[in-house]
Amino acid sequence: MAGKTGENVKDPRIIAFVCNWCTYSGADLAGTSRMKYADNIRVIKLPCSGRIDPLFIVEAFKKGAKGVLVSGCHPGDCHYTSGNYHSRRKYAAFRDLLNYLGVDLNRVEFSWISASEGNKWVSVVSEFTEKIKSLPDVHDIFSSR
Amino acid sequence: MSRIGVFVCWCGSNIAGTVDVKKLTEEAAKIPGVVEAVDYKYMCSDPGQNSLRNMIREKNLTGVVLAACSPHMHENTFRKAAVKEGLNPYFVEIANIREQVSWVHEDKERATYKAMDLLKMMVEKVKRDRAIEDVRVPLTKRALVIGGGISGMQAALDIASGGVEVILVEKEPSIGGRMIQLDETFPTLDCSSCIMTPKMVEVSQHPNIKLYTYSEVENVSGYIGNFNVKIKKMTKSVVEKDCTGCGDCWNACPMHKNVKSEFNINLSERTAIYVPFPQAVPLVPVIDRAACLHFKKGGKCVKCYEVCGPKCIDFTIQDEIIEEKVGAIVAATGFDLMDNSLYGEYGYGKYKDVISGLQFERLLSASGPTEGVIKRPSDGKTPQTIVFIQCVGSRDPEKGVPYCSKVCCMYTAKHAKLFSHKVHGSQSYVFYIDIRATGKGYEEFIRDTIEKDGVVYLRGRVSKIYQDRDKLIIRGADTLSGNQVEIAADMVVLATGVIPKKGSDKIAQMLGISYDKYGFFTESHPKLRPAESSTAGIYLAGMAQGPRDIPESVVSGSAAASKILGLFSKSEYEVEGTIAGVNKTTCVGCFYCQRVCAYSAISKEEIKDRNGNVIKVVANVNPGLCTGCGACVNACFSKSIDVKGYMDDQIYAEIRSLAI
Ligand SMILES: Cc1cc2nc3c(=O)[nH]c(=O)nc-3n(C[C@H](O)[C@H](O)[C@H](O)COP(=O)(O)OP(=O)(O)OC[C@H]3O[C@@H](n4cnc5c(N)ncnc54)[C@H](O)[C@@H]3O)c2cc1C
Ligand code: SF4
Ligand code: SF4
Ligand code: FES
Repeated sequence: MAGKTGENVKDPRIIAFVCNWCTYSGADLAGTSRMKYADNIRVIKLPCSGRIDPLFIVEAFKKGAKGVLVSGCHPGDCHYTSGNYHSRRKYAAFRDLLNYLGVDLNRVEFSWISASEGNKWVSVVSEFTEKIKSLPDVHDIFSSR
Repeated sequence: MSRIGVFVCWCGSNIAGTVDVKKLTEEAAKIPGVVEAVDYKYMCSDPGQNSLRNMIREKNLTGVVLAACSPHMHENTFRKAAVKEGLNPYFVEIANIREQVSWVHEDKERATYKAMDLLKMMVEKVKRDRAIEDVRVPLTKRALVIGGGISGMQAALDIASGGVEVILVEKEPSIGGRMIQLDETFPTLDCSSCIMTPKMVEVSQHPNIKLYTYSEVENVSGYIGNFNVKIKKMTKSVVEKDCTGCGDCWNACPMHKNVKSEFNINLSERTAIYVPFPQAVPLVPVIDRAACLHFKKGGKCVKCYEVCGPKCIDFTIQDEIIEEKVGAIVAATGFDLMDNSLYGEYGYGKYKDVISGLQFERLLSASGPTEGVIKRPSDGKTPQTIVFIQCVGSRDPEKGVPYCSKVCCMYTAKHAKLFSHKVHGSQSYVFYIDIRATGKGYEEFIRDTIEKDGVVYLRGRVSKIYQDRDKLIIRGADTLSGNQVEIAADMVVLATGVIPKKGSDKIAQMLGISYDKYGFFTESHPKLRPAESSTAGIYLAGMAQGPRDIPESVVSGSAAASKILGLFSKSEYEVEGTIAGVNKTTCVGCFYCQRVCAYSAISKEEIKDRNGNVIKVVANVNPGLCTGCGACVNACFSKSIDVKGYMDDQIYAEIRSLAI
């Protein structure tokens, strides 16, 4: 099939891990509002950002993603009270490991997007896609640093 | 082997306009495991749902993937349709190709390619779906209400009238809370005890209400439908069932000068054996052992024992722990007032005639320390001029609290009004920031106080109060006229800020519910779930949630009650089965999962051998408490805990399906 995302540096594949309650709904809102954004993103829905295992990020890179977006509810808004707090703490510790693995940390983005922030979803996705496109082409993401 | 059916929805032109649905369907049919792929104009319509049902039946499908709108729209619709054909509802997955593709992208070829990616992900996910049964939790159909103020009483009465047994625990010797301390109530000026006393009696006589006064809840364990409660019943030193409430004992008690009455907020004294107020329910005295001569002087004094006809005084009764099982809990612990001495400039504690609004209620009350004649504490003279100061502590982020206490504007107007009715020719002044009178009939009440009762409202703060002979001199600003004012008054009444009941944070911790930085209990959702706490099975009512007046407290008590009656109307409590599960073989008992679980859903389970020896301690997920958030999954180093519906292997399969 033509138009395959991910085939070259100008067209990278980006995987987003998002929570069901805030960010997924925010992305839905962008849809219902017919906002337009770059089509490189593939969303994987999880109950909460606290469910997002850092190893998912590693796996995503292994499978050819050139960027990974992690997004959940704003601090204090997590549907499960404190899931996003755990994910934030986990991610802070995980950054060092990613760096050690040779991943350019510019390729991972962490953001809070609420169910009412369709526009924020659009800008985060668009800006992140632009950023990934601007990074030097690397075949092996684990030596991209 | 998976037998998966794929349905591509056009959503009219909403999807078909941007995604090549024919091509998508063709490609989908080629994915291993897919037995048939079809497209249809509107999958959510009846014919669309029927085509789904037919294929499940005819092709004997093990899973269904719909490429359609967001799962937040129609996941339930399609799951229900699948259930009708005997398929477990969790074998239905949705690839969101409308909100995430056709509505947000424009290039048809690229959009089709992305839609294909999303569809592949869901096919891989559905292959790994397991049947999930919703969990049924048995319900103990009894309720516990903590706090016997108006909100807790209302909750208890409503639940009890619905035919459910209620245990009402009140810390003080009598129920009634703050409302029974009030004189008349805004905005209708009905006398508080006249409307409250019959309700208190109703509570005590209701066949479905078991009342524990002078008692506190010491421990709560368990979860929705199944709470175990330990209640500490402090000893009253009186055999309750024999007591007639005649009062011979407290009239005989020699300790009548030294102990301040809590109920009258230090405006009078009480005896060591006492009832807090004459209409107390139950009308049974308690001995305050810290004040009682019998306990202080080695058993010397037994005067109350001697005069008691039914011989119900027993100095040997000890505190008692009572265990009860309940299925739901209402937390209605009410409020306290801030410490006025934070405001040294007002002289509370220094000048006897500077009192709080609640103390003024006691002075107004016919059953209060002055029998309803307003007398000032210093010399018992009836004041002619009173200055009222609003927002003492409220809306003051620096020294007090930033929030508005909500009832002070109204009760201050009420106080000034009642004062003008009781003492003819008297004058009141009210210092205020602004007037908040938003309830039914409230604005009219304030207007009436200003216009008919001649109360003078001064917008501004008081900077200093000092004593000059038998007058209090109040200095303040009137910001509307721009003048400094100085008033010589006989008494000053402070409208003190409302704070949560002392110890409410401990109650919240014991119940495992969340509370805000002031200690008020927080609702599960501030707008849509105002009666529920953050923990299933625990409900909230009254001032314990934040400042509110009597009507609002009553409404919230009733709301909590109706939630509980609703819960109990079913034979079992059903929870979605998408919760965590532990692999007890691999679990090493580190309990990292327990630390991150915000719902205390993880407990320790002992695995025993045939002889009953504990061989291993592993994590156990309580289905009544688990919400399926998945925080525990990441905390587990041995990969022994997973959340149904979002299992690790499913997520990895979704990622891998995208491999380039
Ligand atoms: C000076 C003043 C005047 C007011 N005037 C009016 C008026 O005219 N009209 C009006 O509508 N509102 C008025 N209000 C507001 C009114 O008092 C409240 O809305 C109402 O009392 C709230 O009821 P509640 O049941 O939530 O709390 P509370 O009345 O505080 O009752 C809580 C009960 O829980 C008990 N409790 C606390 N902790 C525990 C525990 N750990 N275990 C067991 N029991 C516990 C307490 O002892 C108490 O009995 C006034 C308030 C003040 C301060
Ligand atoms: S023993 Fe004496 S002091 Fe104590 S309650 Fe009885 S009468 Fe009062
Ligand atoms: S899924 Fe969430 S609520 Fe359930 S046990 Fe794990 S951490 Fe607790
Ligand atoms: S539910 Fe959105 S981050 Fe927890």
